[in-house]
Amino acid sequence: MTEYLLAVHGPEESFHGIGGYASEQEMEQAFADTDAFNNELKAEGSWVFAGGLQAPSTASVMDGTGEEPVVTDGPYLETKEFIGGFWVVDVPDLDAALALAARGSKACRGKVEVRPFQGG
Amino acid sequence: MVEPVETTDAIERVFREEHGRIIAALVRRFGDIDIAEEAAGEALVAALERWPVEGVPPNPGGWLTTTAGRRAIDRLRREQRRDDKHRAARMITDDEPHERIGAVEDDRLRLLFTCCHPALAPEARIALTLRLLGGLTVPEIAAAFLVQETTMAARITRAKKKIAAARIPYRVPEAADLPGRLDGVLTVLFLVFNEGYLASGDGAPLREELTGEAIRLTRVLRSLLPGEPEVAGLLALMLLTDARRAARVRGGELVPLPEQDRGGWDRTLIKEGHALVRECLAIDRPGRYQLLAAINAVHTDAPTARDTDWSQVVALYDQLAAIDPSPVVALNRAVAIAELDGPEVALAVVDRLDLATYHAWHVTRADLLRRLGRSADARAAYDAALATCDNTAERAYLSRKRGELV
Repeated sequence: MTEYLLAVHGPEESFHGIGGYASEQEMEQAFADTDAFNNELKAEGSWVFAGGLQAPSTASVMDGTGEEPVVTDGPYLETKEFIGGFWVVDVPDLDAALALAARGSKACRGKVEVRPFQGG
Repeated sequence: MVEPVETTDAIERVFREEHGRIIAALVRRFGDIDIAEEAAGEALVAALERWPVEGVPPNPGGWLTTTAGRRAIDRLRREQRRDDKHRAARMITDDEPHERIGAVEDDRLRLLFTCCHPALAPEARIALTLRLLGGLTVPEIAAAFLVQETTMAARITRAKKKIAAARIPYRVPEAADLPGRLDGVLTVLFLVFNEGYLASGDGAPLREELTGEAIRLTRVLRSLLPGEPEVAGLLALMLLTDARRAARVRGGELVPLPEQDRGGWDRTLIKEGHALVRECLAIDRPGRYQLLAAINAVHTDAPTARDTDWSQVVALYDQLAAIDPSPVVALNRAVAIAELDGPEVALAVVDRLDLATYHAWHVTRADLLRRLGRSADARAAYDAALATCDNTAERAYLSRKRGELV
């Protein structure tokens, strides 16, 4: 078995208001669908961990490589798309991970990047 | 001891023909493409040392696979890279015979679907397929696709690394996933065939090892998926195209379809291609490859170029354009229109197409302008065609046509 990170990426707007969804109702439905998908992962035995992240504006970067640690405000990369949440799943191969990513993407209405963990 | 060159050549030819089978079987056994390739390379070295002395074994493919398998086990033991008990058990117990049919063919299909996995970049899919299944060297693949050898090597290495690290599975997809995955595989097979049929670069104009490999793999695919009409369509298209191979180059010069000696066409391949096209018609789920095959069936059905049923060809291109409304399809349709309604009508269509960077557009324009007697315009079009053409036989043909203009 291999562990994969299924990371949801989206624009900054998706972290505010109704999160880039068409309506509040649509947002509620996406949350419910994502909850249901999480429960399916647990029932199927591929669940390791999952979580949604706060907006990139809440991020801080710590650089501890020098003599004194330096903290700066904001995300590490200046990009238009940010990671909004992720799953960690444990499945036999990439096809299985991609199949879960397809379901997760549909549930949360976002694009999902699939990457294997090292040493999996 | 210096070996006769022809022996080395013969061994390398056998190796290339067997490459896909050897690699596919080793990947199944050891689950690792790099180990499979290294072991296959060592088996080739062993064959080059021993066959000239001991003679070629009765089943060269089997010998190579067995030898490569032993070398792989030796290597794994030496390096102790794999302590996985399950894998070790498979290594020792697996000794499936090397046969031309059956499980081994399934191995090649597994490898084909692995090489064409949608998680790999499209250009990596074709390179991997040619390398692992076709047995082409990295310099050969780089030359075929006009990229630097180092670029091609990096592309292949990256793709193999992704297969291993992301665990792209080594299997034929299940029925539900098959239609989506099949399209990518058919595209790669068609590209391999086309590269063989009109090779780029300044080498041989036809590369039979590429067309042959594409046909072999498509046959294997068809044996697995007999009910998929696009697979049958692609095989028919390849067979009906390949049937004309011997008539297609004369004295180092490309001979276009209307000028070919139809007596030189391979009737056995044409018969098989026609039967496949009829099979597709009966299924009645037309697709791109089936329509292209049907167009080729019309051409190969005509005893002379003049007897070609051009209205049928145009009707088939109309159907194709409905599926694929690309300017390239429109260009090919215009070639048929020229026969039906004359070069003037066709030229009006061709000139409206935004294809100035496409080689075949210039060739088509040159031919239509020549037929209309517009020599100066035709000469410019032949120059443009030659500037974008790197197939040696086609260059020879275009140069002669240009020279004949008055």
